[in-house]
Amino acid sequence: MCLALPARVIERSADDQLLIDLGGIRKSVSGALTPEAQPGDYVIVHVGHAIGTVDAEEAERTLALFAELAASQAAEDQA
Amino acid sequence: MKYVDEFRDAALARNLAAKIAAEVQPQRRYHFMEFCGGHTHAIARYGLAELLPASVRMIHGPGCPVCVLPIGRIDQAIHLALERGAIVCTYGDTLRVPASGGLSMMKAKARGADIRMVYSAADALKVARANPVREVVFFAIGFETTTPPTALVLRQAKAEGLKNFSVLCCHVLTPAAITHILQGPGVGPAGDVPLDGFIGPAHVSIVIGYAPYVPFALGYQKPVVISGFEPLDVMQSILMLVRQVNEGRAEVENEFTRAVSADGNRAAQAVMDEVFEHREVFEWRGLGEVPDSALRIRPAYAEFDAEVRFGLCYQGVPDHKQCACGEILRGRKVPTDCKLFGTVCTPENPMGSCMVSSEGACAAHYAYGRFRDIPVVAA
Repeated sequence: MCLALPARVIERSADDQLLIDLGGIRKSVSGALTPEAQPGDYVIVHVGHAIGTVDAEEAERTLALFAELAASQAAEDQA
Repeated sequence: MKYVDEFRDAALARNLAAKIAAEVQPQRRYHFMEFCGGHTHAIARYGLAELLPASVRMIHGPGCPVCVLPIGRIDQAIHLALERGAIVCTYGDTLRVPASGGLSMMKAKARGADIRMVYSAADALKVARANPVREVVFFAIGFETTTPPTALVLRQAKAEGLKNFSVLCCHVLTPAAITHILQGPGVGPAGDVPLDGFIGPAHVSIVIGYAPYVPFALGYQKPVVISGFEPLDVMQSILMLVRQVNEGRAEVENEFTRAVSADGNRAAQAVMDEVFEHREVFEWRGLGEVPDSALRIRPAYAEFDAEVRFGLCYQGVPDHKQCACGEILRGRKVPTDCKLFGTVCTPENPMGSCMVSSEGACAAHYAYGRFRDIPVVAA
């Protein structure tokens, strides 16, 4: 029910609609709840609406955290 | 897919599992409730429970909106379609939920009810525009994630002056349900339902932010970690919860920083606030009547409120006597404790609500975990 997926914004039209790209599939969703979303941004799409934007820097930071963990694990395994 | 695949890396998941195993303290048990059905689904689907040490137990909470929708509300929607001749539009998840008299919305459809599945609330509005001589009702369910789109269509219907559109509002609130769980019998150090922390919802928190969870951390001394729905997000959040428990902290931490802020989505909150107000009390399936836990349409939008428009009166309907959904949603039982599980109650023929949606505790265990407890015997 709360299924929502990150999708890339292709274009934003004047009537608050966003054309999004979801793994190659293009679809028009409402951008009324994300007035800040611009082409190139990633939005979280739920029931035909973009309910939030994805912060690219924060996503990188989370992935870096996992990578750091992998590195420390590898070091421990070697020790 | 970007922001999906990177968070499903198996090697990293094993690393996180090793980290959790290294940090759990011997002699200590950890009981964490994942409030949201999305997490329940992820834990079952990716086999995360197997990756966790035996001392960490996950409890499936009531955060599956289809699971907590009471029978009486589905009866209302069926009544509108069958007896009042309305076109009822709804999200697909609600169609198979068992209702009174052996019916479901799907079975009512087979009896001639005009019930249509929509992908978006905006599609219900399109149905209303295309059928000006019929009454069109949008059966609106869900937590704070699904509420802003409903608010938008109500605002749009008013702006267009649509005369044949209304909403049967069954939207519910996450913090109220968590409060209800925490205040329930048996929760706490002396009770039979130990609860050491919460995995907070991902998408609900995009809308409401993480600030609303602070009272649970402060007032009830329960750590909360807001978590994304991908397997690595969930594993990382469990690690963060284990650390809080070990260090005796009870704070709100945010693992899902890429989408959740402290304040949430202000635009979404503004439209919700304009259209909805709190209900004094709302019946939840499995939890009973929960005070201040749901929304209704404000009087300014009364002409679009199906309850007002059709003079509906809510009638509660008890669940199947043997169904353990209520106890499962409270963390007092697991699906296999229920007599109906996997026998008369299956995803093809659900008796209770936890078996209906793939996010329900019973359906998730049936789909991905029911052979887990059976020992493998060499032929």
